[in-house]
Amino acid sequence: MSKQLALVIDLNVCVGCHACVTSCKEWNTSGSAGSMPDERPYDSDPTGTFFNRVQTYEVGQYPNCETVHFPKSCLHCEDPPCVPVCPTGASYKREEDGIVLVDYDKCIGCEYCSWACPYGAREIDSQQKVMKKCTLCVDRIYDEKLPEMERKPACVLACPTSARLFGDIHDPDSTVSQAIREEGGYQLMPEWGTSPANHYLPRRKTRITIHEDELVREDNPLHKEDVYPTGPVKQTTLDDVTSW
Amino acid sequence: MNPAFSVIFLTTLIGAGQGLFIATVVGAPYLHQSGSGSFPVVASLVVFTLLVAGLIASFFHLGRPERAWRAATKWRTSWLSREVIVLPMAMLVSLVYAWIHWQDMGSQGSTQWIGWIGVAIMVLLFLCTSMIYACIKFLQEWASAVTVINFTLLGITSGLLLASGLAFLLGEPVAIEFLLVGMIVTATSMMTKLFAFYRNSRIKAHSNIQTAIGIKHRHITQRSMGMTGGSFNTRAFFHHCSEKLMANMRGIVLTLVFIVPLFLLAISVQLSQPILVWIAFIVQFLGLLAERWLFFAQANHPQNLYYQTVG
Repeated sequence: MSKQLALVIDLNVCVGCHACVTSCKEWNTSGSAGSMPDERPYDSDPTGTFFNRVQTYEVGQYPNCETVHFPKSCLHCEDPPCVPVCPTGASYKREEDGIVLVDYDKCIGCEYCSWACPYGAREIDSQQKVMKKCTLCVDRIYDEKLPEMERKPACVLACPTSARLFGDIHDPDSTVSQAIREEGGYQLMPEWGTSPANHYLPRRKTRITIHEDELVREDNPLHKEDVYPTGPVKQTTLDDVTSW
Repeated sequence: MNPAFSVIFLTTLIGAGQGLFIATVVGAPYLHQSGSGSFPVVASLVVFTLLVAGLIASFFHLGRPERAWRAATKWRTSWLSREVIVLPMAMLVSLVYAWIHWQDMGSQGSTQWIGWIGVAIMVLLFLCTSMIYACIKFLQEWASAVTVINFTLLGITSGLLLASGLAFLLGEPVAIEFLLVGMIVTATSMMTKLFAFYRNSRIKAHSNIQTAIGIKHRHITQRSMGMTGGSFNTRAFFHHCSEKLMANMRGIVLTLVFIVPLFLLAISVQLSQPILVWIAFIVQFLGLLAERWLFFAQANHPQNLYYQTVG
């Protein structure tokens, strides 16, 4: 089976700092996917093209609620609905590593692929007039000029809490496959059969159960010999006899 | 979805053109022998004009129109690509049909088979255009055979009214047949459109906020969509119109596309006033623009689940 690179995003760890958003923008606006325009950045109606967003949801009702930060980018579906609809072949899925990409030189900007993506992962570049989306930093992860540690998507490197894992989900021994298998990794909108490669790890409660007998030592030798400390004994101390 | 006017004009203009061509070919054997014989020529040229107008409108939809030729490459998988191939074929066949009848003017030639090839291409074009929408399975309002039926019937309706108007202008008695068939098809497409409204009102969305973010909880509220100023996602997939307008649009569509034209056509039969046929065609065409607008606006894209609060 060929490789399928993907991100696994741990919602239990994400703190919603948007570091992945800004580092993604920084890398990709200066990389092969750039530039990613920002329009009216300092006016009342700013807008721009991003490959990655962090959204925030409140789950439950106050006071029994939790804030969930939800990073969202292209999920690099194993059966991507955006690819077959493209009339020019600009939208394609790489055989060798499963990354879904757009050829910016072939794209005619008809937006049909964005209609065919149920996740809203694609954004049109308002200046180049072509469709853009997360490339999984394809211009970075194979770059041998970079130290091997840094051959990862910019968002993964930027995450201060390591909420983003990157790897091959078809390799059962990879970190991402283990995380999906052991931490309950799931896909978004499974009802459409797109089989997204990116997975999310759910919120997990960290709890330990402590029984009474673990707090009180049953085989306490003092208890057995029935000799207990008696507390402070009333006697004269140094303080009582000196006068400094 | 946010209705794209380029696509609205594309689908309504070529729909009328395709319908007119089908009406012309089907009606050709019933043309009056003593007539001038110019009707097929004029009608096919009008078809060509409408198809060209639709094509021009479609270019406004493209970010990079200079690369439009590339859109013909992926016909194996993409209905849009198939439409891009079939539309020039339809233009060509309308020109060829006009030319043959120009050469053959006045005589009922053996040219009808070209016409029937043309009819097949026009029907294929209806299929390609409508399948662009109907093949997106998670746009549940579109993903249905009803979409194909409505695009086809509404196009034919519009074309029949135009055929009737043109035939009246050129003094062809077949105009009255076009008019009567046009009324029947209008009434039929009203039924299918009503069924589409009924179907869409009963759609139960497969996706919800729980499946969208994968958290199984009854109470999930979005607090931030990740940006304050909006993005492509908030512009392209929301119609930004009030619920009241959306509710009224159905009535507007039904009135303009079906009720008013049927009324005008009935009167024109009674009073034999050809001008009423033209008014009916224009009113219906305006109604079809509204119908196509509503077709887009009423489609709920699942990505909208992610964009509910600016925050």
